Amino acid sequence: MITLTHFLVVSACIFCIGLYAVLAKKNAIMILVGIELMINAAILNFVAFGKYDQVNYGGQIFALFAIVLAAAAVAVGLAIVLNVYRHYKTINPDQIRELKD
Amino acid sequence: MELFLFYAFSFLAIGSALLVVSLKNIARALFLFFVLLFAMAGLYLFALADFVAITQIMVYVGGVLILMLFAFMLSNKELLHDLQQTSGSLFSLPRWQVIPVVFSFLCILLFGIQEWRATTPSWMATAIQNNTVIKSTDNNIHQLGIKFMTQYVLPFEVISIFLMMALIGASHLSRKDLQK
Repeated sequence: MITLTHFLVVSACIFCIGLYAVLAKKNAIMILVGIELMINAAILNFVAFGKYDQVNYGGQIFALFAIVLAAAAVAVGLAIVLNVYRHYKTINPDQIRELKD
Repeated sequence: MELFLFYAFSFLAIGSALLVVSLKNIARALFLFFVLLFAMAGLYLFALADFVAITQIMVYVGGVLILMLFAFMLSNKELLHDLQQTSGSLFSLPRWQVIPVVFSFLCILLFGIQEWRATTPSWMATAIQNNTVIKSTDNNIHQLGIKFMTQYVLPFEVISIFLMMALIGASHLSRKDLQK
């Protein structure tokens, strides 16, 4: 029998790996991947709790909303990454300090 | 059998996530991200969310990942050189600072789950009592369609307009400036 705790532990592990990618990686595409990992962990929690909600289906519906938000975030984020590279010739976030040149 | 499959999927997910963040080669890491997303879709199936799993495969694997691969491969040679250079150095100073932070965060989360385990929220207890827990024989997609068109119609419209705005903004941001 798979309990709720199993899902919570797996999602905690995935979230922390994503947090590591966001904090330690030195290029913007891998940071976006880390953000996607954290969103995936959140979606796993949504569907795990949504199993107990047959009346409103809140968990599954907001998991779908979160997937749409992640898709929008990655589209805008990659556009910003390509633009930043065109201006600064680097996508290392440590070396980008000002928004306007 | 069910538990074994769950463990297999979760080990696949966590292992490929660890590989994604530890590989130096970005293209290989992005292809492993593919494996990770499929494993997560498998995990959603165990929470009886089949429509979410299919949406995950279609949106993430079909959209987000292809977008990332295209952005990675369309970028020019200097960018790739830059990536190779800056993503090296396995034991740079920030990682020594980051790994304890991440581990302590994981410990806090696991401790919280451990503490929470004994108690069941009241809404969950009533759901179990009234037998309104989602069962594997339920017709999820039918119910989700009804909910989207009745109860959640306003968030649905808002999120669709938001997605359209984000995509238009992304295409506006990434166009080439001709007049400059």
